Amino acid sequence: MAKITLDNLAHSYFPEPKGEEDYALKQLDHVWNDGEAYALLGASGCGKSTLLNIISGLLVPSRGRILFNDKDVTEQDTVARNIAQVFQFPVVYDTMTVGANLAFPLRNRRMEPAYVARRVQKIASMIGMEDMLERKARGLTADAKQKISLGRGMVREDVNAILFDEPLTVIDPHMKWELRTQLKALHNEFGHTMIYVTHDQTEALTFADKVVVMHDGKVVQLGTPEELFDTPEHTFVGYFIGSPGMNLIDADVSGDKAICAGHEVTLGGRYKPMSGRVQIGIRPEFVSITSQDQGLPVTVKRVEDVGRHQILRAEFEGRQINAILPEGLPIPAAPIRMKFAPERISVYVNDWRVAPDEVTATPSKEVVL
Amino acid sequence: MNKVENNRAWFLVLPVLLLVAFSAVIPLMTVVNYSIQDILDPHTRFFVGDEWFREMLRDSQLQSALGRQLIFSFSVLAIQIPLGIAIALCMPTRGIWVAISLVLVALPLLVPWNVVGTIWQLFARGDIGLLGVTLNSIGIEYNYTRGSTAAWFTVLAMDVWHWTSLVVLLCYSGLRAIPDAYYQAARIDGASRIAVFRYIQLPRLAGVLTIAVLLRFMDSFMIYAEPFVLTGGGPGSSTTFLSQHLATMAIAQFDVSRAAAFSLIYFLIILAISWVFYTIITRATKD
Repeated sequence: MAKITLDNLAHSYFPEPKGEEDYALKQLDHVWNDGEAYALLGASGCGKSTLLNIISGLLVPSRGRILFNDKDVTEQDTVARNIAQVFQFPVVYDTMTVGANLAFPLRNRRMEPAYVARRVQKIASMIGMEDMLERKARGLTADAKQKISLGRGMVREDVNAILFDEPLTVIDPHMKWELRTQLKALHNEFGHTMIYVTHDQTEALTFADKVVVMHDGKVVQLGTPEELFDTPEHTFVGYFIGSPGMNLIDADVSGDKAICAGHEVTLGGRYKPMSGRVQIGIRPEFVSITSQDQGLPVTVKRVEDVGRHQILRAEFEGRQINAILPEGLPIPAAPIRMKFAPERISVYVNDWRVAPDEVTATPSKEVVL
Repeated sequence: MNKVENNRAWFLVLPVLLLVAFSAVIPLMTVVNYSIQDILDPHTRFFVGDEWFREMLRDSQLQSALGRQLIFSFSVLAIQIPLGIAIALCMPTRGIWVAISLVLVALPLLVPWNVVGTIWQLFARGDIGLLGVTLNSIGIEYNYTRGSTAAWFTVLAMDVWHWTSLVVLLCYSGLRAIPDAYYQAARIDGASRIAVFRYIQLPRLAGVLTIAVLLRFMDSFMIYAEPFVLTGGGPGSSTTFLSQHLATMAIAQFDVSRAAAFSLIYFLIILAISWVFYTIITRATKD
């Protein structure tokens, strides 16, 4: 078990990277605390798997250092780092039995046979494959194979960290939930440092204490699920977390007012004058509709009833704005206006969040997820 | 559901049937025809039943040729399969050397059989050939036209030179088809190089190895042109393999009936041994 520090890390798959865009991982300084469960969230191709492979030692970074408990391991290989990693697609050793598959990482490290047998039994019961230990791994279904892969990742007790690279992609939804719960239980029991890569926000938010959001080779925000929801530091976080994501509208901000295409919106704080591309962001959960003469005039495009609430998809000046409204609320077809809760509006300059100089409205503590 | 019995679709198979008949069945039946008759001249023939087959099976020359052939084919497999796998494992996987090594490895396959024979005939000569002169000069008595052991090993070396490339190419393609994740998982699991070979590479090569073993067995069992050019089957009959024996019988002695019976037996032996190989390998990889 270890604290993992990434120091000035960057990686490019080109031997001689020329510019910023050649880097799959851009400048990264980050500390993964010992014993915490992290989710690494981001769209496909944002560098998540690259980062994971660098931590596990499958890849050597082009620049920077990796420290385990303040010891430099950048040049060490996977075995020396003592890391477990589970991959997106199942990897099983076909010619071995299920039991031998689970025992493989332990046997390679010459553990006591009695201990190996005990661990295999324990892991098998965890993944629900106790009655299959003698069976050859060949010909099992994809999710059975992935359970074996997961089991192999968890079978060693002394690992520095366990890395999961979208491990539940091929597993059916019910089993997904069950395995996630067991991973969580495993984490509570042994306190391994865990990093769980996913592009599924539900998975990330339920699994982890802390979520790291990556975008375009950079970590854009690290925080608890609530922080990511309440104060996205980057427009990508706003858009990626939440369903539907945050609404972003171009605006001119001065003081505690924003002007969006000639319409005034009240903000929850005072801001300094700013330059660059300025946008205001508001989550659909904090948008309401009104027939009074205030807020932004929008045209209703579509209403989706998803059961617990309805999603109103409207258009403002050619841009889509979504609102999550209570179930059963009548929505007039005529042009309506949308109102934003001032304390929930964030201001972004060139995609990064700007904090107000002075807060004039504080959000109530109740979070609607 | 009401099913209408209608077997007219069988007519669609007719073209294939005709094609196969002309390409395989009719020529084969000619051979069968020869093998069960004694033909003296175009107008005189007697039906003899299985007499030629009995005679051929009792023929001591054929038996010893079959023995030589089996030893030769199994030696070929025992050398070429492991050697092919080993070379494929050593070949580069990326960069400019991939193309270069592939071309180098494939070169022997592009040389025609009789040319290979001629190359080795010169290469192994004791007076002017590089191999022959070298061996003799380091004190090994080597003359493939006199010594039967030398002749036998020369034929074997020639076949290894000519055909190991095929095994290499098949294995190389099989190795390239293994996803990176397997190697990564093996590294995470702390597997040794031998374990990677034993549990990842070898099982995943099973398919191409089946093909390699079958092709190499069948080809080496039917080897003709190379030893014919190199040694002419000698010295004595030490490198006379089945096909050469057959050719001598059919063409030199014009004993078509015996040759026909013999070639059918020959065909059945290849079929039987190939089937055994195929069954063993597919069984082994199944469970």
